[in-house]
Amino acid sequence: MLNFVDSVQDAVAGIKDGSTVMIGGFGNAGQPFELIDALLECGATDLTVVNNNAGQGDQGLALLIKEGRVKKMICSFPRQSDSWHFDAKYKAGQIELELVPQGNLAERIRAAGAGIGGFFTPTGYGTMLAEGKETRFLDGKWQVFETPIHADVALIKALKADGKGNLVYRKTARNFGPIMAAAANHTIVQVSDIVPTGGLDPENIVTPGIYVNSIVKVAGSGNTAEKAA
Amino acid sequence: MSVQSNEKSLQTSAAPLGRDDLAKLVARDIAPGSFVNLGIGQPTLVSNYLTEEQNITLHTENGMLGMGPEAKGDQIDGDLINAGKIPVTELPGASYFHHADSFAIMRGGHLDICVLGAFQVSATGDLANWHTGAPGAIPAVGGAMDLATGAKDVFVMMTLLTREGASKIVDACTYPITGVGCVTRVYTDKAVFLIGPDGVTVRETFGCTLEELQDLVPVPLKATPAAG
Repeated sequence: MLNFVDSVQDAVAGIKDGSTVMIGGFGNAGQPFELIDALLECGATDLTVVNNNAGQGDQGLALLIKEGRVKKMICSFPRQSDSWHFDAKYKAGQIELELVPQGNLAERIRAAGAGIGGFFTPTGYGTMLAEGKETRFLDGKWQVFETPIHADVALIKALKADGKGNLVYRKTARNFGPIMAAAANHTIVQVSDIVPTGGLDPENIVTPGIYVNSIVKVAGSGNTAEKAA
Repeated sequence: MSVQSNEKSLQTSAAPLGRDDLAKLVARDIAPGSFVNLGIGQPTLVSNYLTEEQNITLHTENGMLGMGPEAKGDQIDGDLINAGKIPVTELPGASYFHHADSFAIMRGGHLDICVLGAFQVSATGDLANWHTGAPGAIPAVGGAMDLATGAKDVFVMMTLLTREGASKIVDACTYPITGVGCVTRVYTDKAVFLIGPDGVTVRETFGCTLEELQDLVPVPLKATPAAG
């Protein structure tokens, strides 16, 4: 069921304590800052968050971590020059980290959305990130068994939606949006523009509306240039 | 750069190569028409020396083929960044795709070459470049393991020696590894090493002889007569 909601607060209102929340974005590109701010405001806590990173600077996901709302991060690259809120929580033992090679993160999210129960991949074989995992020699290579990552909710950002919830993205801000939309039970999207049904070329739809549950328009949300500066 | 005084000598430069000369050499070795991913740090320098005639397509793992040079001034767009989160530009013919497709490009063996930095490379091509393993260090892996196992050829660019003078080409990695037996070639300031089933061969040296190089590196080195 697709809903167009009036505010980011309404969009995130149903997110419960203990939820697994996928948050789109690679660095600041594609990060749905306004939805994350609303999630912070709504008070949901004890969250497991799936994102490529673990927050940057003093905005978005970094604030959610700072405020102690995140119990566990599933990500590939938590440590950055400006990941000070994650670093502090991690060193204090106040946040759990599941570190996942980036391609495994993407494929495990994709697998969840595609109904795949797991897959074997050579990535990580023989490394400490594959310790304890099942391995098999397949196709001439040692491969490691990886499982899907499902989520209760995904918060993502797209450029435009139409009346059917079809989405298009902008440049490298697309990143995790399409696969997270498919992997979550409830997908919430902030867009900079909503166009009438038929206003997007069906040949160019990136995320079909079947994966989308809630859409909220956030002015200027299609370009993170100001946020990144 | 080339001062080959003796045809039998492997030494192609009288002095060790600087970072830019090394980047130039790597760029020259990339076959025309290749699809290439350049890692963060020193490997990024290679893009400065790729020529139009080479027609190389650069991949960035956050979701783009056809990446152009770093964006300057008005070109800067927060939605258009590379894997190092630096604003970049797009070239004609560029394409965007989501993260699972982008990693399928690597993991599916479609990339011809990736160029990575490293802490250590073993005699059998194991790569260590993601984690020092130091107590208290926060680990971060990103796409390093996917690149190392997915690209057809994995080139490493690094200085041969650590600041303390230890060889980064080692018998077995002491740092946590990124991938097993994945490195095919190592470009260093003192030599280019080819790693294959027969062990480590030296294609050329810079500012040292093979004997002097062997004194620095704790794995058996052979000279290769043919360029790799």
